Amino acid sequence: MMEITLQHYLILSTVLFAIGLVGVMRRKNLLMLFFATEILLNAVNVAFAAISSYYGDLTGQMFAFFVIAIAASEVAVGLGLLVVWYKRTGKIDLDTMTSMKG
Amino acid sequence: MFEAIAFYTFAILTIVMFTITVLTRHALYALSALAAGMIFISAFFFLLGADFLGAIQIIVYTGAVMSLYAFGMMFFDTTRDVIEKRTSPQLVFSLSGLAALTLVAMFTAPIVSSNITAFYPAIEGVGNSQMVGMVLFTKYLIPFEVAAVMLLVAMIAGIILAGKKMDQSLTLMKEEEIKRQLNEKAEA
Repeated sequence: MMEITLQHYLILSTVLFAIGLVGVMRRKNLLMLFFATEILLNAVNVAFAAISSYYGDLTGQMFAFFVIAIAASEVAVGLGLLVVWYKRTGKIDLDTMTSMKG
Repeated sequence: MFEAIAFYTFAILTIVMFTITVLTRHALYALSALAAGMIFISAFFFLLGADFLGAIQIIVYTGAVMSLYAFGMMFFDTTRDVIEKRTSPQLVFSLSGLAALTLVAMFTAPIVSSNITAFYPAIEGVGNSQMVGMVLFTKYLIPFEVAAVMLLVAMIAGIILAGKKMDQSLTLMKEEEIKRQLNEKAEA
């Protein structure tokens, strides 16, 4: 209990990932969906850093850096698209985005 | 001892904050709770000896990403509650539970840890930032450059999508407006 092992970090990361997954499945608002995606990415980063630390290997930290870079660019593009969509329709609900329906 | 106390404290704080983010009906509360959760996540990186990653987490996530969300939320009407139409909550919750169980099984299954050896082992007597620099600029140089190009592309896309003169851009116009302008151009 008092000694923190790799399993502790992995279970914490799993719990955070599950919270993010619940958010992704539950939300219909696109902004909230983005927040849930950030939670998913952060949960994975914790697991990467923990494995990197416990095996004395830097590869995990490198992957965490690239995940952070991808998250930053995802937010920039996604938020830009969201702003355009909101200005066109006035809604950011997923259910209203059916313009590509044949 | 101190590591255990810090781990459990920050674990509970992070889980509570992210749960608020996922469950609240108010966009502003979700944003604030997410920012707090990001800061608490960086505490784990410091605990794990990944100092540089912890600093990057605070700077990039809470500094850049969350402020980007905060500025982006100026465009949306965030004072009213988020309307969520749920079609079948039973299906959603059973699916989430199933996915969570699968993940727990994946992570807690006996990992093939006996024959894992460090690819780029940590060097004794070198700080974390220095070590990160040494690995990043030798073994991971090409992914680093590709990430830089990707960030540039994302920046240009963000400027074009949300930038100035948006009332004249094609992404914003209705179909009729675009057709009318094309007709005007053809007549002229």
